[in-house]
Amino acid sequence: MNTKVPAAMLARSFTSWEKKYTQDHEWIELSSDGKTGTIGISTYAATALGDVVYVELPQIDTELGAGDALGAVESVKSASDILTPVSGKVVKVNEVLEETPATINKSPEGDGWIAQIEIADEGDMNGLMSASEYKDFTEKAEGD
Amino acid sequence: MYTDTNLGKTALYDLHLSHGAKMVPFGNYNMPVQYSDLSVGESHAWTREKCSLFDVGHMVQYHVDGPGAEAFLESVTPVGAGELEPGQGSLSALLHPKTGGIVDDCIITRLESGPKHLFYLVTNAGCRDKDYEFLCKAIENWDHTMNPVVHLRHLQYDGEPYGLIALQGPLAAEIMQNSLAKECKVDISRWYFGRAKHITLALPSGESLPIVASRGGYTGEDGFELSIHPSQTVAVTEALLNSAGKDKLRMAGLGARDSLRLEAGMCLYGHDLDDTTTPVEAGLSWIVPKHRRSLEGSGFNGAETIIPQLTTKAKGGTGVSRRRVGLVVEGAPAREGVEVLDAEGTVIGKVTSGCPSPTLKKNIAMAYVKDGSHKAGTELQVLVRGKKRKATVTKMPFVASKFWKGGITPG
Repeated sequence: MNTKVPAAMLARSFTSWEKKYTQDHEWIELSSDGKTGTIGISTYAATALGDVVYVELPQIDTELGAGDALGAVESVKSASDILTPVSGKVVKVNEVLEETPATINKSPEGDGWIAQIEIADEGDMNGLMSASEYKDFTEKAEGD
Repeated sequence: MYTDTNLGKTALYDLHLSHGAKMVPFGNYNMPVQYSDLSVGESHAWTREKCSLFDVGHMVQYHVDGPGAEAFLESVTPVGAGELEPGQGSLSALLHPKTGGIVDDCIITRLESGPKHLFYLVTNAGCRDKDYEFLCKAIENWDHTMNPVVHLRHLQYDGEPYGLIALQGPLAAEIMQNSLAKECKVDISRWYFGRAKHITLALPSGESLPIVASRGGYTGEDGFELSIHPSQTVAVTEALLNSAGKDKLRMAGLGARDSLRLEAGMCLYGHDLDDTTTPVEAGLSWIVPKHRRSLEGSGFNGAETIIPQLTTKAKGGTGVSRRRVGLVVEGAPAREGVEVLDAEGTVIGKVTSGCPSPTLKKNIAMAYVKDGSHKAGTELQVLVRGKKRKATVTKMPFVASKFWKGGITPG
């Protein structure tokens, strides 16, 4: 049989297994149905930030454009905005971080997830880095 | 512009690196912000529970001496230099003429009385050039009015500046006691806050050169600041670290230093104080001693502005239009530059320093607010990331100080 699988469908099933990264050190992981993305900050960012003492979480139902500030992560010395890689609507936030912001340091890419967005435009996922591309990106930044 | 390659290094630079320090530019020096063994928060806690050693060799140390030294210091600062006994020190401020604005905050300590009148002056690294220009100009004007001679000298030997380190924490006294040279007979328990003594420490090579040590510091904890002959800065630091051991004493950097001083309600020049702030606005009226508060004869720079500020308008003075206050902020930390609003939402001031307090687990800040809104308990707001957050005016220090004033002997 000559069934061609559409590239978009292949891409989606591929990306639902792995995290994608932004140049601002956020990660996003798609749900298996591709409709929502879970967002957090990378291990690299969490290490650079030091002890997280406060996390500003977004309100549920907030509509955001790709690149908008989703919230903020604060250390003793500084605050960093977290930008959403994708446009969409906030559907869930990790309330654990209100009580225990240090969860981000313990598990930045796991239990330290920050918010979940219902994705408005899958195309926003294009141009994000894979884990290995992100690793090269951070190593290059260190070397400068 | 200074680049990383132009930054100064204190004598402890290599020692910092060997302890895994992360270095940052500060006051035109390469200074440690933290070390690999402790996060900033952990280092902060260590200082309050045990003892930390800070390199503050970037700060500027002077000797001011001569028959005119006392009167000179009384002209450029509000200090009661004549009343300081040998070994007694005080916080003060170099002041601009007429406006009484603060050029820099400083510590002035009398080391010797007449006829030499030797004073020890420590000022901020960030104001190095500005302060030196200010002092030289003031001395130039001083000589021209035929006053007794005054000399100003940077503390250095063979071109190397004296080292300056700070030992801070509840274990500082014990560590100091155990590190003294056997020839040094100083009773630590009767060495009170604000007093400087000449001490010697035990080095592997024998008794150290004399060190001028002042009981006090920038953290609110008991502690000592040690002014060390340049040939022994490293040896003295290592002797303290080795004598105390890793379980009692750790190196600490600027990261912890900033959160500690903020908890202690202490100002950072360039943030909480600047050329436009008078001591009265800054809540530092106490640096003007009672006997220097009359307009007749007093004559310190800016007295004509500062002294009327000490009396409210209602009582015939000028009062001040803004005051430095402490704030405890709900939700997100309020940092420098954040606007302070009253309960109705009108902007009435600005935050000058702020951070999450590791000890209190609350957000603390210093801000200047409109006079009248400065009383403890006043409910204000701060604007952080576009959202208003509750802020309550709080008395400082936020964390109670533990300055050594003799303790209480059980009866």
